[in-house]
Amino acid sequence: MMDFLSNDLLQLSDSAVRNAIPLLLACLAGLYSERAGIFDIGLEGKMLVAAFAAGAFSAIAGMPVADGGWDMGAWSVWIGLGAAIIASTMFSMIHAFASITLRGNQLISGVAINFFAAGITVLIGQYWFRMGGQTPQLREGQRFEPITLPFAESLKDVPVIGEIYHQLISGHNIIVYMGFVIVALTWWVLYRTRFGLRMRAVGENPGAVDTAGISVVKLRYSALIITGILCGLAGAYLSLGTAAAGFGKDMTAGRGFIALAALIFAKWKPISAMGATLLFGMLEAIGNKYQTVDLGFIVLPGQFMQALPYILTVVILAGFVGKAIPPKAGGEPYVKER
Amino acid sequence: MNKNLPKWVDLGLIPLLTLALAFAVSGLVVLSIGQDPIEVVTVMVNGALCNPATNSSCFSGIGHTLYFTTNFIFTGLAVAVAFHARLFNIGGEGQAGIAGVGVALVMLSYDWPHWSIALVVGTLAAMAFGAAWAAIPAYLQAKRGSHIVITTIMFNLIATAIIGYLLVGPMQAEGSLPESPSFPDAAALPTMHDMFGWFGLAFDKNAPANISFVLAIIAAVGVWVLIWKTRLGYEMRAFGHSEKAAVYAGISPLKITMIAMLLSGALSGLMAVNTVQGEAERLLLGSVEGAGFIGIAVALMGRSHPVGVVLAAFLFGILTQGGAELQFALGIPAEMITVIQALIIMFTGSLENLVRIPLEKVFIRAGKGATS
Repeated sequence: MMDFLSNDLLQLSDSAVRNAIPLLLACLAGLYSERAGIFDIGLEGKMLVAAFAAGAFSAIAGMPVADGGWDMGAWSVWIGLGAAIIASTMFSMIHAFASITLRGNQLISGVAINFFAAGITVLIGQYWFRMGGQTPQLREGQRFEPITLPFAESLKDVPVIGEIYHQLISGHNIIVYMGFVIVALTWWVLYRTRFGLRMRAVGENPGAVDTAGISVVKLRYSALIITGILCGLAGAYLSLGTAAAGFGKDMTAGRGFIALAALIFAKWKPISAMGATLLFGMLEAIGNKYQTVDLGFIVLPGQFMQALPYILTVVILAGFVGKAIPPKAGGEPYVKER
Repeated sequence: MNKNLPKWVDLGLIPLLTLALAFAVSGLVVLSIGQDPIEVVTVMVNGALCNPATNSSCFSGIGHTLYFTTNFIFTGLAVAVAFHARLFNIGGEGQAGIAGVGVALVMLSYDWPHWSIALVVGTLAAMAFGAAWAAIPAYLQAKRGSHIVITTIMFNLIATAIIGYLLVGPMQAEGSLPESPSFPDAAALPTMHDMFGWFGLAFDKNAPANISFVLAIIAAVGVWVLIWKTRLGYEMRAFGHSEKAAVYAGISPLKITMIAMLLSGALSGLMAVNTVQGEAERLLLGSVEGAGFIGIAVALMGRSHPVGVVLAAFLFGILTQGGAELQFALGIPAEMITVIQALIIMFTGSLENLVRIPLEKVFIRAGKGATS
C-alpha cells in the first residue's frame, strides 16, 4: 500500500497537476468572460496563438544575433511569455469588438477565432522557421525550469508528508504556482471587490448595471482583457513549461474545449474550477499511464478516459447531477434602450 | 433580415461586401508571409477548376473540387436547417463521423449485390446514425435547457474517442492501421468518371467525385421545399424568429427542436456516403477532416438558403482543392485555407455589423430624404 502511495499515486497526482494547469488557466480565463456575459468558445484558439507566440518569441529572443536573434539569454522565456499574453489579448479584443461593440454573434466569433489561430500559427511558423509549422527546440533560458521549493531535498525522506512535499508540491515551474495563486486571486476579485460584483452583475442583468450609471461596455472589455491574459499564460505554459519545449502544430489539442467543459462542470466558480481541472487532469494522467483500466467487473479502454470529461460535462449540463445554470445574460449583446 | 434595408442590399450587397473584406484581409495575410496574392489566386483557381482529361498539366482539378463541394453542401445544409430554427449545430463533425461508422457497419454486414441498393442502404444508414448523434443534444436542449452549442461540441469530442476506439478495436481490419476492412466491390458507388462515361463523355479517371454529388443537389432541393413550401418549414422559421410567438401559435418547441436537429444531423451524416462509401470504401480515422466546421462558414455565406449554400460550398470546394495546389506549387501550407475560412466566418458572421451598421445609416438617411 505504501509503495502504491509513494509511487503510482504520487506520480499520477504529479502528472495530474501538470495536465491541469493549462486547463485551469484557460478555465479561469473563460470564467471572467462568461461571468461578464460574453460566451467564449474561442479559448482553444487564444491558447493556441499564445503557445505559438511564446514558442516563437522565446526562440528568437534566445538566438544569437548572428542568426537573426536578439541574444537575450535567460530573459528569453519572459519575452516569450510577454508575446503570448499580447497575442492572446489581441485575439480576445477581436472577440470583444465583435461581441460588444458590433453586437455580433459571440459563438460564431469564437468559432472563427479558433480557426484563425489554427491556420495562422502554422502559416507564420512555416514562414519564419521553415520547420513544418513547428518552432525551434527551446534550450535553457528559453523555457521555464522546475523550481525546487525550500527544504524539498532535506525533507525528501520523511515518510508521506516529505514525499508529497518533494514530489508533488515542489519541482514545478513558476506558471504552475501562479495558476494556484490566480485561483485565490480570482475568488477574491469575484466575491470581495467592487469590480467583481459589477462583473457578475453585468453577466446577469446588464440593464441594471447600466441604470446604476456603470458602463457595461467598459466592464465587459475589462473582463475580456483578463481573459486574454489568462489564456496567454495557459498557452505559454504549453510551449515554455512542458517537455514539448517549443510550439507544435495544433498543440492545444482540444484543451480549450476541456477547459470550457470544466467551467460548466465547476458552475462558473473559481474554487470549483480548480477542482474540476484537477479531476480532468487526473483522468488524462490515468489515460496516459494505462492503456486500459481494469475495474474488476469491467475493463475500460483508454479512449473512455479521454472522453470522460466530455461525458461528465453533458451529464452536468443536462442537470441530472446538480444543475449548471450559466450567467443569465450570456451570449446576448447588450443594447441600451433609447 | 432587416426592415431598414431593401432586400437586394440585405441578400446581395452585404454578403458581397463582407466576402470582399474577408478576401482583402486574406490577401494581407498572403502578403505578410511573403507571397504574391495574385499568383496565389491564379494557382488556386487554375488548380481547382482545370480538367485532367483535357489538360495534361493538370493533375487533379475539378473532380476533386466537386468531391469537396459535395461534403460542404451536406454540412452547409445541415447548419442552415438548424439556423432556420435558431439552433446553432456545431456538431456536424461528430454527426458525420458517427454516420461513417453507420455506413461502414451496413456495408460490412452484408454482401450487397449492386451499387444502387448499396447507395440506398448507405444513405439511410448515414442519415439514421447522423440523426441519432444529434438526437441527444437536441433532446437535452429542448427538455433540459442544456446549451446546444456546448453539448454538440462535447459530442464531437466524444465521437472522436468512439471512432478511435472502434478503429483500433472491434472494427479494425487485419494489420496495425486504424481502419476498417474494405467494403465489397459490388457496393462501390459510380464515380463521376463512370457517370460521364454513361453519356460517352470524358472525365478525370482518378477524381474522387462520385454520385453523391447528385444526392447533395437533391438534398438541397429537398431543403428548399421543406423550408419554404411546407407547414413544418414555416413552423421552423416561425420558431426561429420568435420562440414566444411560435409557442403562442401552438407550435411545440420540443417538436421543432427535435425535428430541426434530427434533420440537421441526418444531412451532416449524408457526407459519409460521399467520403466513406464513395471515396475511401472503408472507414478511416479522421474521415470528416473539418468539413463539419466548414459547413458553418458555408451556411453563413449562403445565408442559410439552399442556393446560397450550394454556391458557397462550391467556393469552399475551390478553396480546399486550390489550397492543396498551393502547397504543391508554392510551398504555402494548406492551413492558408483554414485562415481564409476563419476570415469568412468572421466577416460574414460575427463582424457583419461592420458593414451593416454604416449601410443602414446611409439607407435611413436616404429614406428620410425621399419621404420629406
